[in-house]
Amino acid sequence: MSAVLHSSPKFADNAGVLDTLVAALGAHIVASKEEHGEIVLTVARAAIEDALRLLRDEHDYQQLMEIAGVDYPDRPERFEVVYMLLSVTKNHRLMVKVSAAEHTPVPTVTTLWPVAGWLEREVFDMYGVIFADNPDLRRILTDYGFEGHPFRKDFPLTGYVELRYSEEDQRVVYEPVKLAQDLRQFDFMSPWEGANYVLPGDEKASTSPTTPPVPPMTSDKPKTTDKPKDAGAGEPANAEATKPTPASPPAMVETKLPEPGAPASTNAEAYKGSGKASPEDEAPKS
Amino acid sequence: MSMQLETSPTTSGDHISNYTINFGPQHPAAHGVLRMVMDLDGEIIERIDPHVGLLHRGTEKLIEHKTYLQALPYFDRLDYCSPLAMEYSYVLAIEKLLNIAVPLRAQYLRVLFAELTRICNHMLNLGSHVMDVGAMTPNLWLFEIREDCLNFFERAAGARMHMAWYRPGGVHQDVPLKLLADIGEWLDNRLPRLFEDAMSLVVDNRIFKQRNVDIALVGKEDALRWGFSGPMIRGAGIAWDLRKSQPYDVYDRMDFEIPVGTKSDCYDRFMVRVEEVRQSAKIMKQCLAEIPEGPIASDDRKVVPPKRGEMKSSMESLIHHFKLYTEGFHVPAGEVYVATESPKGEFGVYLVSDGSNKPYRCKIRPTAFSHLQAMDFMSKGHMLPDATAILGAIDVVFGECDR
Repeated sequence: MSAVLHSSPKFADNAGVLDTLVAALGAHIVASKEEHGEIVLTVARAAIEDALRLLRDEHDYQQLMEIAGVDYPDRPERFEVVYMLLSVTKNHRLMVKVSAAEHTPVPTVTTLWPVAGWLEREVFDMYGVIFADNPDLRRILTDYGFEGHPFRKDFPLTGYVELRYSEEDQRVVYEPVKLAQDLRQFDFMSPWEGANYVLPGDEKASTSPTTPPVPPMTSDKPKTTDKPKDAGAGEPANAEATKPTPASPPAMVETKLPEPGAPASTNAEAYKGSGKASPEDEAPKS
Repeated sequence: MSMQLETSPTTSGDHISNYTINFGPQHPAAHGVLRMVMDLDGEIIERIDPHVGLLHRGTEKLIEHKTYLQALPYFDRLDYCSPLAMEYSYVLAIEKLLNIAVPLRAQYLRVLFAELTRICNHMLNLGSHVMDVGAMTPNLWLFEIREDCLNFFERAAGARMHMAWYRPGGVHQDVPLKLLADIGEWLDNRLPRLFEDAMSLVVDNRIFKQRNVDIALVGKEDALRWGFSGPMIRGAGIAWDLRKSQPYDVYDRMDFEIPVGTKSDCYDRFMVRVEEVRQSAKIMKQCLAEIPEGPIASDDRKVVPPKRGEMKSSMESLIHHFKLYTEGFHVPAGEVYVATESPKGEFGVYLVSDGSNKPYRCKIRPTAFSHLQAMDFMSKGHMLPDATAILGAIDVVFGECDR
């Protein structure tokens, strides 16, 4: 434990609480930890009601402040339901967790705290965790007739339907969501500090570098180009290649044509007869 | 139950039956978009089924797609009557995960403005509660004070309502000295004059008492079972205030009293809030007297961005600034539940970090959600007009309740 530097709410000391509660809950406990100054007990799903009743009645955690759902899609039981308990006499807080899958009901705790009714409804609405024996497990925050569980990690941020008021129908109509502009998810994670995606081009680095494929040999005799006609350039080229080459290179041909678009020579001769003054005539007298 | 028939001695043998009405979602006393399906027997409430969620915006899901700093302004928009109190839990939760120290001046500033937020919130609630039960004038007078509070917020943060001024590690900017002087002057003169004036109209008013005394009695046991907090649990006679019992920032240096109710009715809840305003003023005066000079945010440059002046001369500051406003800071993996005493009760943030620059999960514990759930239990057997008094005493704001 490092020194506490932050100035967050300071409740009663955690010292010894974890051991006491783990001993008291005994077989119900699946895991327990104390991190960041918070005691977190994970209990077996079937035993949550008994565990919380024990904590409420024997250990003075009188208030259930909150039930939070969390989704970890990679786990076999993907949901966590976290109960925040508060003891107003011991001035202490505690988190108790259970894990659940989509089809494994969690026992309700409305028998212990009536406030759990809506809190469980919310977790059901947002994550689809079923609370067995909750007397009124309706949706609570989403729209009437909503489908899906929006806080699951695989539910898109934009949702699937959008609604608008239709002048023609004189009522609110639901339509598949249409985005005028793509939903932009800027990812500023530093690529060398734990980004979990592959930068464009980097996918090649994972496969071992290979040499380009070599075509199989068609005959045992290696192909050689001893004579020009072996170059395989075709019949006309072959005929040309059989001509004897002259002993001396062809004579150079002098061309007199000026290159098109080239600037005229500054030679004074070039101005003769053109009617123009030569540059020398125009030069100012110094 | 709604079709139950009975004979009444007063209707000369005509059958009367229960009927169901919709209270809201567009009702001036519903404090926002609350729909309550009420089963009435005459004017007696038999059952209330509150339908919430009409203002659900998926804040928690949006936060999962933003960096820690980008997610902060969403908190202003939860309880838009006390925005800084919403930010408070969030920044404290981040600071708890980061285990980062906050300079003393920043702690004092946060306490000072959290209490100003409390006054601001109570002005709205007390005023609208009074108006819900029939009086107009006090509401207008209290809005005068609320207007002053909003002006102070504007001078500190630049925005009247959605300040986004608390930051992980401190506050965004220092306040001018003149602002602190003006707040002190206001606390000494204007606030007590206006507030006591307005309250003198209400607290001993016969009609106001008739509408509130003995309405919605909640025992201590029930208050605990229904997850009450804030003025609702103090109204029930339990002296439970997170500022006192689980102090954060410099609340442990403050000297203030916790008002509690004796009968646990709507009148007690109202009076608890009235006294809280006076206690908040007391805390603010202590803050003003004790506030030290110094930095207003942590000097940990991996969390708190550098000042613009530093960036002009220091390459490292420029890099820090760039990194903080693109990638943001990383928060160590773990989970915390941090709750503060917002003006409406315990406002908690359950923050799960996976070590990246975005929250993995940010569960917001609203105050009104639990209180509103007890609406059925509190209203049973009362008259229909009492429902508005009960609702006013809950102090419900739907930005926070529905998230």
